[in-house]
Amino acid sequence: MSVSFPSGDTLVDVSSVDFAYDKRPILSGINLRIPRGKLVAIMGGSGCGKTTLLRLIGGQLRPTGGTITVDGQDLTKLARKDMYALRRRVGMLFQFGALFTDLSVFENVAFPLREHTDLPDDMIRDLVLMKLHAVGLRGAHKLMPNELSGGMARRVALARAVALDPMLIMYDEPFAGLDPISLAVVGQLIRKLNDALGASSIMVTHDVHESLEIVDYIYFLSGGKVVAEGTPDEIRASTDPFVKQFVNAETDGPLPFHFPSGSYRDALMEGRP
Amino acid sequence: MNRTVLDLWVGVFVAVGIAAVLFLALKVGNLASANIGETYRLQANFDNIGGLKPRAPVKSSGVVVGRVTEITFDSSLYVAVVKMDVDKRYSFPRDTFANILTSGLLGEQYIGLEVGGDTEMLKAGDTIAKTQSAVVLEKLISQFMFNKAAESPQAPAQ
Amino acid sequence: MTRILRAIGARTVDGIWRMGFAARFFAAILMRSGTSFARFQLTIREIFSTGVLSLIIILVSGFFVGLVLGLQGYETLQRYGSSDALGILVALSLVRELGPVVAGLLFASRAGSALTAEIGLMKTTEQLKAMDMMAVDPIARVVAPRFWGGVISMPLLAALFSTMGVFGAWFIGVVFIGVDDGAFWSQMQASVDFRYDIVNGVIKSVVFGFAVALIAVFEGYDSAPTAEGVSRAITRTVVNSALAILALDFVLTSFMFRGNG
Repeated sequence: MSVSFPSGDTLVDVSSVDFAYDKRPILSGINLRIPRGKLVAIMGGSGCGKTTLLRLIGGQLRPTGGTITVDGQDLTKLARKDMYALRRRVGMLFQFGALFTDLSVFENVAFPLREHTDLPDDMIRDLVLMKLHAVGLRGAHKLMPNELSGGMARRVALARAVALDPMLIMYDEPFAGLDPISLAVVGQLIRKLNDALGASSIMVTHDVHESLEIVDYIYFLSGGKVVAEGTPDEIRASTDPFVKQFVNAETDGPLPFHFPSGSYRDALMEGRP
Repeated sequence: MNRTVLDLWVGVFVAVGIAAVLFLALKVGNLASANIGETYRLQANFDNIGGLKPRAPVKSSGVVVGRVTEITFDSSLYVAVVKMDVDKRYSFPRDTFANILTSGLLGEQYIGLEVGGDTEMLKAGDTIAKTQSAVVLEKLISQFMFNKAAESPQAPAQ
Repeated sequence: MTRILRAIGARTVDGIWRMGFAARFFAAILMRSGTSFARFQLTIREIFSTGVLSLIIILVSGFFVGLVLGLQGYETLQRYGSSDALGILVALSLVRELGPVVAGLLFASRAGSALTAEIGLMKTTEQLKAMDMMAVDPIARVVAPRFWGGVISMPLLAALFSTMGVFGAWFIGVVFIGVDDGAFWSQMQASVDFRYDIVNGVIKSVVFGFAVALIAVFEGYDSAPTAEGVSRAITRTVVNSALAILALDFVLTSFMFRGNG
């Protein structure tokens, strides 16, 4: 299933992107490419800027430097209207699903269809049930989001993200807070949907083992930079100390345990942080 | 999603709300009585209007027949000029008397029209010639005190 | 000392900043209100949750305020032998002031806080961002219908409050104390002017509706996306709405009733 080095047509091209919040740099000089039809993971520890990178690709944040191209359009130059036109072809799964709590499961999945199409009600019904069936939750269409478990909510959100058959699907920590079974289910769904829809996917995660099973290519992010990249096989075989630390979950290595700070001794002697 | 039930509730709410506005307008306010109907403008000059305010009622025999619309001061005659809108249904003789009266001891002031005997009627824009100014309480009291003071020297003599 | 001055300065700058943002936000709501009216169903839903769900508290408190006004008004008026004027006293206080103001305060604490909580929670749980990613403008789809729902509900609620108040006063004054029924209504009708009293009262309630709805949706939209942030935003909604209502009431009253007795 997993294909080697990304090749062919590029859907998303991130080139030398910098980003800073209030002059605090988050990302610097990021280069990465998402080829069409592939499932790519962006990995790294918490707070390394993965989610920020996803926001940048989704156009919710603007980079302070560099360019991001999605399907040939430069995001940094798009007006709001064109950005919205582009986003109709992009699905996104948020970290905890972000289902609309005042709408039922059915209406959540129907939401993009109702907002962006003039389809008649019975056709929307069929489409929604198809999407829900694809994630195995057709029977739950009457439930409200607060009646769902975390894994089910994630799957409903996934059905909603693919409701308009997007060309690009983005996943923000799709595995966070899931039990091992739900995690495997969601992982397989992500792979299956990507291939069935002929879409491309970007997945931001820190779950190495599940990702290595399903993705085509992996970028490792640390300290706002891409520190390693490769196919799952290359990653498994990598001797790069950072990759080894991450894959084997070692507590110390190139990835520091401590947030950058002054001398510990000085801080204690001084009596205040 | 129960849209019909929801619509029904909102419909009831809006209907009741509008009914409340209508109730305020018709039953609490005077939209139905005094403000409906066409009016004609009359004018009257007073030496002193006391506390008369715009919108004060114009009454005849106790019936509200109009409202004061405007009060100005004429600096050539040194009088107050009161303009009032009177209901078209009522007409008054030319020698009608306009008094400024007070409802109760401390109540609001209004214009009372006392009908005369002329056969010719007041037309729109006419000025009521005969007027009587407001009774000013301070003047009454000072007059009363003055009379008392004038009387008092004779009192011991009695 | 400099620390205090600096803190005051920082708060002032922050306040001006927020005010500017609120103004821009208001303009954005107005410009993106097309959806609220083109798909009126969305606004109807919000009229339900702001208006219909506030009905009980508005009706009950209106009635009680009327009862109190009736009792106190009678108590004062009968000393001057003018208890027949009870209707005027009650109707004018309700229609001009108490109706819009008290209904506005109740509306802010019942519906305004709920609006802030709802929008704040949608922000906290990334629902607004998710909507934005689905190419659906959250201001047009979520904020504007809630805003207009509030603006439409408020004058209706204020009118209902005044009406219930008049009934409350009638109930205590006429039914219990024995003020003359005819005098109660006729004196009231003779002195309450449609144009000056009732229309001005409705204008007040419309202005309060705009103010409360704007503050509520703004605080929700601007809240920090945490549980604590949302709870603080709700507090700010209630406090700022109350201040805005009372300040606007003063301004409007001085415009409307100056020299008209």
